[in-house]
Amino acid sequence: MTKLNTLAARIEGIGFWADGLPTWKTAVDHVLNGTPPGDGGKPSPMMLAPNERRRAPPSVAVALDVALAACEAAGREPASLPSVFASTHGDLAITDYMCATLADDPRAISPTKFHNSVHNAAAGYWTIGAGCLRPATALSAHRASFAQGLLEALAQLACGDNAVLLAAYDTPGTGPLGAVSQSTGLLGGALVLATGPGADQQRDRGGINLRATLVDGDAPRGNGVLSRHAGANAMAPMLPLFDALATGSDLVLLHAGHGRTLRVELAHG
Amino acid sequence: MHALPSSQSPSPIPALAITAYTATTALGRGRQAQFDALRARRGGLRRNDFGPDPLPAWIGRVDGLENEALPASLAQWECRNNRLAWMALQSDGLMSAIDDARTRHGAERIAVVIGTSTSSIGASEEAYTRLEPDADGMPSFPADLARPVVHTPHSLGDFVQAATGLRGPCVTVATACSSSAKVFAQSARLVQAGLVDAALVGGVDTLCGSVLSGFNSLGLVSANPCRPFDRDRDGLSLGEAGGFALLERPVPGSTGLRLCGYGESSDAHHMSAPHPEGLGARLAMRDALARAGIDAGDVGYLNLHGTSTPANDTVEAAAVAAMFPATLHASSTKGWTGHTLGAAGIVESVFALLALEHGLLPGILHSETPDPACGPQIRFDNVEGSVIRYAMNNSFGFGGNNAALVFGRA
Repeated sequence: MTKLNTLAARIEGIGFWADGLPTWKTAVDHVLNGTPPGDGGKPSPMMLAPNERRRAPPSVAVALDVALAACEAAGREPASLPSVFASTHGDLAITDYMCATLADDPRAISPTKFHNSVHNAAAGYWTIGAGCLRPATALSAHRASFAQGLLEALAQLACGDNAVLLAAYDTPGTGPLGAVSQSTGLLGGALVLATGPGADQQRDRGGINLRATLVDGDAPRGNGVLSRHAGANAMAPMLPLFDALATGSDLVLLHAGHGRTLRVELAHG
Repeated sequence: MHALPSSQSPSPIPALAITAYTATTALGRGRQAQFDALRARRGGLRRNDFGPDPLPAWIGRVDGLENEALPASLAQWECRNNRLAWMALQSDGLMSAIDDARTRHGAERIAVVIGTSTSSIGASEEAYTRLEPDADGMPSFPADLARPVVHTPHSLGDFVQAATGLRGPCVTVATACSSSAKVFAQSARLVQAGLVDAALVGGVDTLCGSVLSGFNSLGLVSANPCRPFDRDRDGLSLGEAGGFALLERPVPGSTGLRLCGYGESSDAHHMSAPHPEGLGARLAMRDALARAGIDAGDVGYLNLHGTSTPANDTVEAAAVAAMFPATLHASSTKGWTGHTLGAAGIVESVFALLALEHGLLPGILHSETPDPACGPQIRFDNVEGSVIRYAMNNSFGFGGNNAALVFGRA
């Protein structure tokens, strides 16, 4: 018996940050017009108080930057949304710090670094910064982390939530761990996903309709402009979707696990 | 205490059948070992003997884990955490129940949703103690540990998928100490959304330097066996554990254990301290009851998060007192197992299921002096022969991440 398991949503808002492409607009300009990426720069988690903003680990900074950008683009109050945070490795520099410090002097572990080492650190800072009491989750699934996060977000919509935030990110590897858990640069992408146009007819937000179906097969590696720009980051498997959103393509195949692919159809409004 | 926000409570959900379940903790391997130790009030904590320079603490360590080995076909996932996962998978007929479910539903219609806090970071920690110069003279992992698959949170979910051959959505949930309670919620959604017909859920966390030194750095570890809800409690005892449950869309007319409801929330307060009025905890419990379609008075047993830190227990007891009648039997079982972090959700769900099946309502181990700040729901003594209709489990994690589950019988 074959069951087609297609889930649908409307993309209300997009957030993006990559080295040299610090907003979704700069990313789209780069893809469509060849506008060259800028230099350096860091994501700014405006959701946090200024002192916390400076101390935020890169994973938290990039996740909160893209999450807020997606909410602003969607016109959604951050506190109103349940959230799904997907990251392959969490914050690799903090894991490197924890392991190096434990090998050197275990009693010197920083309590702040320790509580920032949890995989849901970005989710925690987001809900604290937004004053959000809604559920937040944090998950990981190797190269399928984004696709599995998208499935969880779509399942939340199917079970009654009318909008959900999905944020995905990975950080550069450092130290001996960085040679094994390979990831280069900082990358984040976020979507605010909502149920059909009935959710709020007073505001005509437009948006892009998305249908996702889990199928057998292996997704090809991305070769779009964004995939080439940030392909060495561990969250690069999400980039084919962002390339398609920028170019207006209507079909994307995302790696969803061993021999599994998430087939994503897009209808650009 | 402030009233809860008036946001709409969720509607009742269809219950899921729990067709197999198991836990392995410091109390032993499998359900019977858990039941016997709970009933005899025989704890599993020992003086910390983990690692070369143990901190003064008590731990819930699983015996024999060092001598376990993964089958050769799974050798690339070798590490302490996946050994414990493998050990737990072999108990209580779980593998044959998974085989049966695969026959009924098809491998691609069964999800693998597994929780952990630190996954196999113990392997990464070990690599840093044995760094070797590479060809360029840079310190690098020794060859036996240069396996990327274990140095990442999904080491666990990926291993469980490989060990079971399941092909549905496969994900590792890592929300600290609520992880393996959240897996029940995520799986219930995957079934309700029609993506799968069943899910293998669970959680595994093992002792490692990160958590022993990390919780110690926060001043949250007791030098003595933990005493949840005792007036004089002074911190937690860490433990390791693994457990699993098989959730399936129920066959109409069938009887047995059920997942009836889940609730999740965020505290929006602090990374490592609970909301002072337990706001997130109350929201999670409220939504779990609402999805189960029951009232607080219908719950016969509540397994509390009950870490034995001064803050958690005060806040959680007040939240429970605000929501439940004085007749509720609520307890923390962390005196038996230690705080098993990302595995606490599954372990304590197993204890709640044992309460439903066998009428054994655990009390609290090691605690002697009630805290006057805690309500009458908090029970130190075991009760046996109790017939209850619903049992709950609370799990709360860093980042203010909360989950509550309601179990029942059909």
